[in-house]
Amino acid sequence: MSSVVLSVNDVEVGQQLPPHTIHITRADLVQYTGASLDRNRIHWDELFARSVGLPDVIAHGMFTMGSAINIVSDWVGDAGRIVEYATRFIKPVVVPYERGAEVVVTGTVTAVDPQTRRATIELTAMCGADKVLGRAAAVVVLD
Amino acid sequence: MAVNASFTGRTYPATPPYAVGREKIREFAEAVGADDPVHTDRTHARARGYRDVIAPPTFAVLIAQKCDRQLIADPEAGIDFSRVVHGEQRFVHHRPLTAGDEIVGVLTVDSVRQAGGHAMVTTRSELSTIEGEPVCTAISTIVIRGGE
Repeated sequence: MSSVVLSVNDVEVGQQLPPHTIHITRADLVQYTGASLDRNRIHWDELFARSVGLPDVIAHGMFTMGSAINIVSDWVGDAGRIVEYATRFIKPVVVPYERGAEVVVTGTVTAVDPQTRRATIELTAMCGADKVLGRAAAVVVLD
Repeated sequence: MAVNASFTGRTYPATPPYAVGREKIREFAEAVGADDPVHTDRTHARARGYRDVIAPPTFAVLIAQKCDRQLIADPEAGIDFSRVVHGEQRFVHHRPLTAGDEIVGVLTVDSVRQAGGHAMVTTRSELSTIEGEPVCTAISTIVIRGGE
């Protein structure tokens, strides 16, 4: 059995995960619309988005949530080790046609329990000066 | 009044089985940029001890949203879907969703509350295999924006 998973002995509180920048284009939102079956027009139809009072098309909150967790999967070494993941959606990610949007994701280990081999990682996701995910945290089971 | 408060505690019947498919997992993983081969390569997934490829951590939303739809489509609940925004989401995985699973979901309305002219509804979908093995608990809070 190939073990690629981080050991609890190599993880400590305060440790930073390698950050990642998600570049989001309209094409990404159309792809996520198809994959997730969340076809709400605010995520791909600019005229519709404006008609309901939004500044432009916005990313699915679940797209941002689903993309942000990749830094945890990459760090722990196996996506199947993520046993809990939660967030609040506090600001929409606006995705203009021309330049798209960038979301910078960072993560910090805030708890490690050697007995259960569980670690908690708090995530931040920033779009420009806006924090887009609130109280985002994941729990992983380490080796 | 945006939402019927008497819905707190209500539970809906189990949804029809959702067949977790290898290609749907691949499609979803690509859409969120999840490039761990455990989502796409069976041999790799088996080498890590899984029966088949496993779904990314937020894939469960596909099934949880089918559960939530029962409430949103319930005329007695009085939810105007055009005013709904996603406020909060939580997943607790009892084990990863795996290709080949047949999953049913049971929806419970955990709370209905009013705040600042909006209504907030928290639902819980207990996802389990048709054999009864618990797989995931998905908790979602939707906000129904108040009228003018």
